[in-house]
Amino acid sequence: MIDTTASIDLSQLEPVLTKYNGRRREALLPLLHEAQAIYGWLPGAVQEAIGKTLRVPLADIHGVVEFYSMFYSEPTARRVIRVCEDPACSLANAQGVMAAIEAKLGIHHGETSADGLVTLEHVPCLGMCELAPVALDGERPFGHLTPNTIDDFLNGTHPEAAAQPYGEPMWTLARVGKVDPGSLDDYQTHGGYQALAKAVAMGPDALIELADKSGILGRGGAMFPLGRKWFFTRGAAGKPSQKHIVVNADESEPGTFKDRCLLEEDPFAVVEATTVAALAVGAENGWIFVRGEYPRAVSRLREAVRQARDAGYLGRNILGQEGFNFDIEVRVGAGAYICGEETALFEAIEGKRGFPRIKPPFPTTHGLFGQPTSINNVETLVAVLSVLTQGLEAWQAIGTAKSPGSKLFCLSGHVAKPGVYEIPFGKTIRELIEMAGGVPGGKAIQAVLMGGAAGAFVKPDELDMPLTYEDARSRNIPLGSGVVMVFDETADLRQTLYELSRFFAHESCGKCFPCQLGSQRQMEIWDRIAHNGGAKATDKQVLLDVGFTMTETSLCGLGQTAASAVLTALQRWPELAE
Amino acid sequence: MSETVTLKIDGREVTVPKGTTILDAAAQIGIEIPVICYHPHLTANGLCRICSVDAGFRTQLAACVTACADGMDIQTRSEDVVRGRRTILEMLNSTITLDEAPEILELVEEYDADTGRFAEGKRRESPVYDDNPFYIRDYNQCINCWRCVQVCADDAQFTYALSFDGRGFETRIGTFQGYGMTDTTCVFCGQCVGACPTGALKPKRQALLEQGIDPDEIFYQTRRGRKKRSEEAGG
Repeated sequence: MIDTTASIDLSQLEPVLTKYNGRRREALLPLLHEAQAIYGWLPGAVQEAIGKTLRVPLADIHGVVEFYSMFYSEPTARRVIRVCEDPACSLANAQGVMAAIEAKLGIHHGETSADGLVTLEHVPCLGMCELAPVALDGERPFGHLTPNTIDDFLNGTHPEAAAQPYGEPMWTLARVGKVDPGSLDDYQTHGGYQALAKAVAMGPDALIELADKSGILGRGGAMFPLGRKWFFTRGAAGKPSQKHIVVNADESEPGTFKDRCLLEEDPFAVVEATTVAALAVGAENGWIFVRGEYPRAVSRLREAVRQARDAGYLGRNILGQEGFNFDIEVRVGAGAYICGEETALFEAIEGKRGFPRIKPPFPTTHGLFGQPTSINNVETLVAVLSVLTQGLEAWQAIGTAKSPGSKLFCLSGHVAKPGVYEIPFGKTIRELIEMAGGVPGGKAIQAVLMGGAAGAFVKPDELDMPLTYEDARSRNIPLGSGVVMVFDETADLRQTLYELSRFFAHESCGKCFPCQLGSQRQMEIWDRIAHNGGAKATDKQVLLDVGFTMTETSLCGLGQTAASAVLTALQRWPELAE
Repeated sequence: MSETVTLKIDGREVTVPKGTTILDAAAQIGIEIPVICYHPHLTANGLCRICSVDAGFRTQLAACVTACADGMDIQTRSEDVVRGRRTILEMLNSTITLDEAPEILELVEEYDADTGRFAEGKRRESPVYDDNPFYIRDYNQCINCWRCVQVCADDAQFTYALSFDGRGFETRIGTFQGYGMTDTTCVFCGQCVGACPTGALKPKRQALLEQGIDPDEIFYQTRRGRKKRSEEAGG
């Protein structure tokens, strides 16, 4: 056991506090991360010292530490093993892997080993579904685990997981797996920073027009037109020093791993694309907010920002353009899906609990620090590089009239070749699954989860839907963050619905009543149906009422979609709750 | 003259200054929309969603935080609105004790909420904190309306003694490191007790009176508590 009564040596914290001296609350999450890297957890005395340095009330620090699941106010080992048990990993025997690790270490979820050296947790989706089942050992990601490979995993000799890009055309994924993610030179050799040069030559107005004509809609799932978002932010009152580009790299939607693929394998593209956005909007402040469960992406991105700054791609008068000033700070989340909601993400950067704000006002006028902000998903911005590189004509020549160009999809579950697929809009779900080698073992498809945990289930007879925005809208089947998770005939959908419900219950922020209470009740009912006595006659109506209430009355997009998978499943297979 | 907007609420036309909430506009024409977390003197956060109304949009709108817009056609008591309110009340009732929240119990009655519907659901339990001479905190009755946290912070007192433990269903009002109130920045101004809409925060003397303890005894007890503390501080 870790000795909780041992006095905490604050002298180790001093250099960090000195570095942050003069900073305010916005520095709270970075400072908590640095303090936790020293102590493994956040003892009260450490939190007090941080509060004094940043002048944040202690109660507020407590609230923040309590909110984020990767901050620990109880003694925790420096080495935390996090095992994913969400749907894609669950289909690949994550429970067996977890049980083998528990047996080997002699500890269970939430416990720390007797020698104080390792803490074990099962955690929500780690965003590596193509490599299922997966786990993080400290900062190292591992995939394709089996109960038999646990020894290799625990002693670090299991091969580290890497992204799997597939598809045609390879535009947005052009460099993934081909470029050295740690080298600006190599990035430039592979065409890097040519798009920014083109963008500078075009100027902001033409750039926004290009974004409009490209038809790119927000690819985090909300599908807001990119060009309009840039236009509104550019037009909002405020100087460039008071405007922000925020890159939403808090990719946490179960089944989604496309942004991780870009962040890890082509980090310079994310930096370049963010700079293009800054030019379009006229913003001097850039932020890339990466989920805490993507440590490899964070370190590669930070290195890319450093090299880009050294080379003059960030800083003052970029590419020799007088007045083109822009820099980027990489921020790291701490275990909260809700921070993928744009306003909750702002709150996290501002050093608060990740509670979503009431909208309106919208971020384009009142975003980060209450200032005009364009917040964009990683893939959305990198797709702009594809348009700039390929040219608008080539971009519009593929896809459909209303959904031009290409899009990334995340194939996982029961497919032969799971991974990130780039395809032109318009291919059908079935064609995409066939590209991924179909279902292994010749089994039949039972269901496909489209769009993510907040998405919709479809049946085998719905797979001829073309993957376009217009078809998604007319059939009420969201493309969301591009999730296509396949369940074969052997899958237990009740178990999957329990896991999805458990995810939302764990990730509800607790702000509004319908989601805070409804996500819990929804999970409890599926827990009983899947594991503990089966369905009761009243369950279906209760699930419909809870789902309706969350969907209709929740404050933010999380609660409004927390019942989406359940409701679409009940439409198609009412017998699941009977 | 300031800008105005005109809209319909339950079929009746009303013109209000731009920026007026749906809640206030409805009140102007005598239509009462129920509220739980809302307090007219505090920042509205749209938490309880019991004031949700139907304007034919993608989702319902929380009347306490949504500004009226020209041409809105709002139903404050449609079948969908009632369904949402009833379900929220059923879930709330299954989570915490509403015995000392008469206004919420009236809504439970009015919306015909089935109080046994989630009988097997987990309750949000909490110890009762009797850690200071002034008030008792019984979070088994707390609905998470945030009023106490708000008045303790920027809405009134700027004392910042309160925040939250946990998140989601497990969210509770908490203090730094779980300290008792006398070890926090609390100045015992009493505003949180005054703002609490349930029995979660209660003056200690009231709690003792309710237990049937004689007023003289209560006076003696609470005074003695204070005197003892000052003796300890002196000694």
